[in-house]
Amino acid sequence: MDHFAVWIAAFLTMGIVSFLYKDNPWYKLSEAIFVGISAGYWFIALFWDSIYSKFWLGKEADPFLWVGVFLGVLMLLRLIPKIGWISRWPLAFIVGCTSGLYLINFLASNLMRQVQATIQPLFGPDFGASLYAAVGSIVIVVGTFSGLVYFFFSKEHKGAFGATAKLGIWFIMITFGASFGYTVMSRMSLLIGRIDFLLTDWLGLIR
Amino acid sequence: MSTRMKELLTVAVIAVVSVILYLGKVQGWMTGFSFSPTVSYIVIAIITLALLYILYRTIQGKLVDRRTVFVFVAVGVSLPFFMSISQKMPISPEVQQLYEAVAELPPGSKVLVSFDYDPPSAPELQPMAQAFLQYAMRHDLKLIIMGLWPQGPQQANMALEVALADPEIVAKNLEYGVDYVNMGFQVGNEFVIQRMGSDFKSMFPTDYSGHPYEELPLLKNIRNFSNIDFSFNLSAGYPGTQEWVQVAVDRYGLKMGAGNTAVQAPMIYPFLNAGQLNGLLGGMNGAAEFERTVGLLGKGTRFMLSQSFAHVIVIAFILIGNVAFFLGDRKKNQ
Repeated sequence: MDHFAVWIAAFLTMGIVSFLYKDNPWYKLSEAIFVGISAGYWFIALFWDSIYSKFWLGKEADPFLWVGVFLGVLMLLRLIPKIGWISRWPLAFIVGCTSGLYLINFLASNLMRQVQATIQPLFGPDFGASLYAAVGSIVIVVGTFSGLVYFFFSKEHKGAFGATAKLGIWFIMITFGASFGYTVMSRMSLLIGRIDFLLTDWLGLIR
Repeated sequence: MSTRMKELLTVAVIAVVSVILYLGKVQGWMTGFSFSPTVSYIVIAIITLALLYILYRTIQGKLVDRRTVFVFVAVGVSLPFFMSISQKMPISPEVQQLYEAVAELPPGSKVLVSFDYDPPSAPELQPMAQAFLQYAMRHDLKLIIMGLWPQGPQQANMALEVALADPEIVAKNLEYGVDYVNMGFQVGNEFVIQRMGSDFKSMFPTDYSGHPYEELPLLKNIRNFSNIDFSFNLSAGYPGTQEWVQVAVDRYGLKMGAGNTAVQAPMIYPFLNAGQLNGLLGGMNGAAEFERTVGLLGKGTRFMLSQSFAHVIVIAFILIGNVAFFLGDRKKNQ
């Protein structure tokens, strides 16, 4: 069974990689298998983990789950055009609840704590700890401020305001560059993982 | 011979060679090979010369086919697997911070590890998971494992398998349910974290294998995050580190470190700078640095040479592409 699994995995990996040469039936077959299995896996996983384990097993323990089932059924009414408008109710419920929760989470963790972390080093005891720390703190404040100025379009980007916006675009570009570098690293890691599988688990070429 | 015939012949040759190599591996008459340091340096020199040749051709106005780039990346990623040279790797402060946070935990501390990723992200995150679990088990930390992604607990079991095979850990006779437990996957994303803040059991009435919560000795005194000494989150996206920080760290005061895919890492760094995280491992580089810090060299370290080669080749082709672009621009102006 292990041999079979390794060969299937190798066959599909090579099939996907073969696209780099050109589009071909082997690639199409591998792609179709991947998409089909992924869809099937997610359907089964969500059925057993959500509907079966949450509702079927838990319905006696928590009658409140019936509310969720009711909203879920309303959502499916979209399939009936005449009464499809009812599906907007559960959607409105989801959007409302999610916004309410996210507003607090993002305001506290992604806004206030970040603003604090940006400004505080300039006034904190660590500012004078080393030249590196001091320069770093100033760069973060200048970068954040000029980056925000770049996205302020209500005033023409001219003079000192324009120069700050130009500095902001430099900071943004450097950030994108760093992000691109990390993305390359991530994609290469995936390739390295597959090549390791082919050379080690499949062919056993690496000592 | 037609192109189709040539293609079929190439596939047939690859298939035959693969079968022979596989039989060699299974039968034991092919044990693999590696290059000596001298051969490794010669291979590096040949790749460099080939890149310089492509640059020279580009300057002459002869552009390379896109498939040449793919071949170079494939060669650049594959050959380092056979090389027996090491790479210098300074330890970054965020990796050191995570190590110090874990190292200062006294034996018996309860560590919550959340596996929020699936097999596609395993090349980056699995080495981190293995090194972390192995280090934690060697230092008698109690591990409570869970996942917000369906395949997370399976990835955890694979990492546990590697850690439990370590002779030093075998000697400790660790027991499932007493020293470590896999609580499995729970659907609900950040709402699971929210509920865990008040009651773990409500989200995980049984473990991954179906054992009831109250029958697992390790979980007996664990009610919510206040009973957890440290948490480590391995994340490849949503739900992941950001959600853990927003709910578990900022709302419930959980002490946490994280390991992320490289794509995600730049978005997580602000949390580190704001003191919301106690250390961060970013991508394969982070995994390799952590392995080196804890002295458990694994796949992260082994993959780094390929990673570095791939980066050099990508940078080289970016330069070659720019040369081609600017020369083309100049010719157009003339």
